[in-house]
Amino acid sequence: MNEAIRRFVHDGDVIVIEGFTHLICFAAAHEIIRQRRRDLTLCRLTPDLIYDQLIGAGCARRLVFSWAGNPGAGPLYALRRAVEQGIPNSIELEEYSHFGMVARLTAGAAKLPFYPLRNYFGSDLPRVNPSIKTIACPFTGEELSAVPALNPDIAIIHAQRADENGNAQIWGLIGVQKEAAFASRNTIVVAEELVAESVIRSDPNRTLIPGLIVSAVVHEPFGCHPSFAQGLYDRDNDFYVRWREISKDETLFNRYLEEWVYGVRDRGEYVSRMGAHIDRLKARPHYCEPVNYGY
Amino acid sequence: MAIDGRQFSLKELMVCQAARQLRDGEAVFVGIGLPNLACNLARRRHAPKLVLIYESGAVGAAPQRLPISIGDPSLVTDSLGVFSMFDVFSFYLQGGLIDVGFLQGVQIDRFGNLNTTVIGDYRHPKVRLPGSGGACEIAILAKRVLVIAPQSKRSFPERVDFITSPGFIDGPEGRRRLGLPGGGPVMVITNLGCYEFAGGEMVLTSLHPGCTVEQVRDNTGWEVRISSQLTTTEIPNDEELRIIRDLDPAQLFSG
Repeated sequence: MNEAIRRFVHDGDVIVIEGFTHLICFAAAHEIIRQRRRDLTLCRLTPDLIYDQLIGAGCARRLVFSWAGNPGAGPLYALRRAVEQGIPNSIELEEYSHFGMVARLTAGAAKLPFYPLRNYFGSDLPRVNPSIKTIACPFTGEELSAVPALNPDIAIIHAQRADENGNAQIWGLIGVQKEAAFASRNTIVVAEELVAESVIRSDPNRTLIPGLIVSAVVHEPFGCHPSFAQGLYDRDNDFYVRWREISKDETLFNRYLEEWVYGVRDRGEYVSRMGAHIDRLKARPHYCEPVNYGY
Repeated sequence: MAIDGRQFSLKELMVCQAARQLRDGEAVFVGIGLPNLACNLARRRHAPKLVLIYESGAVGAAPQRLPISIGDPSLVTDSLGVFSMFDVFSFYLQGGLIDVGFLQGVQIDRFGNLNTTVIGDYRHPKVRLPGSGGACEIAILAKRVLVIAPQSKRSFPERVDFITSPGFIDGPEGRRRLGLPGGGPVMVITNLGCYEFAGGEMVLTSLHPGCTVEQVRDNTGWEVRISSQLTTTEIPNDEELRIIRDLDPAQLFSG
């Protein structure tokens, strides 16, 4: 992880770490904080705790998003401190809706300049975000909204399993990871399990990210905690609730970073420090029926 | 509250009222909290073929525990399908397959416009709220929209500070003028009563037991219209209460 972040995440980069609730790679964010990257433009539908931590640690200059809250547990206080008081630094906001963000990454992945949507009329979002524009359909003349392509410098995508070439398989919620990876100039795949290529080939429909677009592969078990990995470990909902208190207080926030980010060498040390707690999150087995790929 | 020897909370009443608006076989875009309870209540009671669709990508979800977040792993296990968010927003929602969208608002105005973005000025807000998420497109594209919102004078202003998710915008012709594909809000359920829409405007159609028109007037920022056929909201029956308490035993959302 250390090497992947060092090589592919630079000060001032536009980055996307995706995963809608599921498979959010906190391990990568923590390494970015440890390497003290600055002036990043952070893109994500839901900034979630992961960007609250990056913002509070002073890594971000700009946030591109569509829903900024702690899901089920209130606001993101580090983000609010940055927006309202400029602590630790002020950040710019660029705001869409989920559909708008999904469409921006889809256009980016397809190398189109924009994406048309039947959306935003009647909403005040276009009034405060000049990048949401109205266009006329060249065939019917119908008025539509358009959002610009988003092409980040780097995407970081967490997968349940991948081979050494970065062919990555994800099951459960797949969010907008495929679009984010194809839209970005470089993609880092972080995998819970590193498997042989033959394992990937045994179930090709499950491959979401092809090795073709992957610049680095990192093996990082429990790399998503407090987010989850379907079939491996559950979301740590208690931590999400606790984060409300941690992020509300700047001192507690900084203490958290000292203990769990700067205070550990890597994710391995984070996991061993968690001790038995991590075992309580382990998923119960719930296997699917096998399918026949033969002909 | 207790009526006819039956004990129930205000939120349980609101959940039942929301669930009764859902018909069997419909596709519903589910939000977390009370909407999720309402949809699961309807599915277990009168609408077993209700298709629960979550913006996280789970379609035909059958959660065995109460999901805390909209991307809970229990929405995936034993669902009918899991799709990308592009599929959900483009093919399901924009494709016109969503019968009912559930929304919650921090502010709602007389035309059913919802604000979840800012209180005060956008550039210098008094309170910065989470933003749209999927709410803007649900409000525009779902065939009908149900709203659950707590009611006070501050949360029911005549005009919202920011329209995140359009209702009827400025009156009966608001949606048609802009060509919005969906039908807009059909009901707003608050802690005081239920509103339906006539000429694009909210009309109080039922009061919850024990609530008064005066209370409603005191907690609304405009001269609110009252239906001439004003009724009392039907209280939850035993079956509904049993299912809600089975879904939310710790009363995380319904207490």
